[in-house]
Amino acid sequence: MTDLRKAAGPALFFAVALALPLVVTDPARLNFLILILMGAQLGVAWNVLGGYAGQVSLGHTVFYGIGAYASTMLSLKLGLSPWLGMLAGGVVAVAFALAMGWPCFRLKGHYFAMATIAVAEIVQVLVTGSDWLEGAVGLYPPMSPTGFGAMVFGTSKVPYYYLILGLLTLSLAAGWAIERSFIGYYFRAIKDEPEAARALGVNLTRYKLVAIAVSAFLTALGGTFYAQKELFIDPGSVLSTSISIKIALITILGGVGSLFGPVVGAVILVAVEEYSRVIFGSTGAGTDMIVYAVLIILVAVYSPTGVMGLARDLKRRFVPGRTAAEVRP
Amino acid sequence: MSGALLSVSALTKAFDGLVANRDIGFAVGVGEIVGLIGPNGAGKTTLFNCLAGFHRPTAGQVVFDGQDITGVEPDEAAALGIARTFQIVRVFHSMTALENVMVGAMLHHKRVGHAREVARRELDFVGLGHRAAAAAGELTVSEQKRLEVARALASGPKLILLDEVMAGLNQTEVREASGLVRRIRERGIASIIVEHVMEGIMPIADRILVLDYGAKIADGTPAEIARDPAVIAAYLGE
Repeated sequence: MTDLRKAAGPALFFAVALALPLVVTDPARLNFLILILMGAQLGVAWNVLGGYAGQVSLGHTVFYGIGAYASTMLSLKLGLSPWLGMLAGGVVAVAFALAMGWPCFRLKGHYFAMATIAVAEIVQVLVTGSDWLEGAVGLYPPMSPTGFGAMVFGTSKVPYYYLILGLLTLSLAAGWAIERSFIGYYFRAIKDEPEAARALGVNLTRYKLVAIAVSAFLTALGGTFYAQKELFIDPGSVLSTSISIKIALITILGGVGSLFGPVVGAVILVAVEEYSRVIFGSTGAGTDMIVYAVLIILVAVYSPTGVMGLARDLKRRFVPGRTAAEVRP
Repeated sequence: MSGALLSVSALTKAFDGLVANRDIGFAVGVGEIVGLIGPNGAGKTTLFNCLAGFHRPTAGQVVFDGQDITGVEPDEAAALGIARTFQIVRVFHSMTALENVMVGAMLHHKRVGHAREVARRELDFVGLGHRAAAAAGELTVSEQKRLEVARALASGPKLILLDEVMAGLNQTEVREASGLVRRIRERGIASIIVEHVMEGIMPIADRILVLDYGAKIADGTPAEIARDPAVIAAYLGE
């Protein structure tokens, strides 16, 4: 009974998500939905490290950029399929994450977050100055051939929509599997009381490295998707700290450590971002940043557990007798 | 190694010149209950931290179960069979009582279902079975202390270090806690207990170690300790 109830939300989400392109045919609207799914996928990826394991990263753009640059370079230089490039980008991102995590995980709390910003900024500067990577000019992944194998789809947005929905599903599946395994328990233990976790045999560094590896891999997949969708990347579009902040904010707004929190967060954040652009137009450049700031303040003051936490509290208050069913299996 | 489960020799721990543990040596046998007492600041918690891997001793040796474990990390100490509780409780607040204990059980049982069974048994063992589904943060402090004991036991230790589990308990609760320690011994698990509550520790301890200013000043049965002049001086002043 409780399992059925729990499955109802996700089932509804996937049913609606699968059917939406049948109703929404306007390319601009469909693009808006793709942006939401992209944000959600990145949020779910970030959540593995920042939400479950409690290690707040503000440098996730580095993994995003690695995904985008790796697949693009491999297809430009070696003619490799973006599908293999996506996988390769993920592997490179994992290697980078482990090398970065090893020293950075000696730092706690805010200091870890600051170190991740520094690493991402350094990488952005290095890529911008690199001739091999075309620096600030940017790279154009091959536009032809088109089709599923090349991960390039002419004018229709529908294939991109289903592709990113697939990536989101994969990321959610990874998050779900972690949540239910001992690794998920260890992540939460590390987040709650690291010293107590150590006393129970949890090797903190090892499990934080597991978290950052999974998180980086999934984030890199999103980076490759971006490159294939826009068919243009440069340091500004895939390696900027504003992307890191947006990824973190999506999750924090939706609910850290909750599986579907980032999906909710992405719907709200992308909608706010797009509509503020529509309303203010070019006169309001930067209004989305103001909106971000307001949202951060609202979440911090009124609901540190995000929208999902708020929804849980409301349900507890208004739907009596459900508390027993809230207990985890 | 004379068959002792734990043997500590010449253990010294200094923090920037402040010597918290000075040249301490003692042994604990399988299933033995050892009380560790001494005035505030005598170095009892520091000694615990050295045994459980939270501090690296400045000098000396710790041998556990035939293995030199001096300076190992806490997770390694736990894997070898040394579990501990904390003086100031550190429960996992985002979890239920049962989930807290499951984390301990996962040291040897990585399958979640199996860990849950072990955790239920340990919660029942400490008398918290009825609180399994409660959020850990909603338990009373005395319940949280027992939760830490259950969590430590679930990790399958040979030695458990209990840091002031009886502090702040009323007389009935102290008796229950003493009974719990006895039942832990019946399972063949040795314990070292830091305690200020004398009526809790004296009746159950096989031996008492007394620390004062970082050094061991006495080691004997509770009866011997109670009339040891050095101990009386340390507690009452000269």
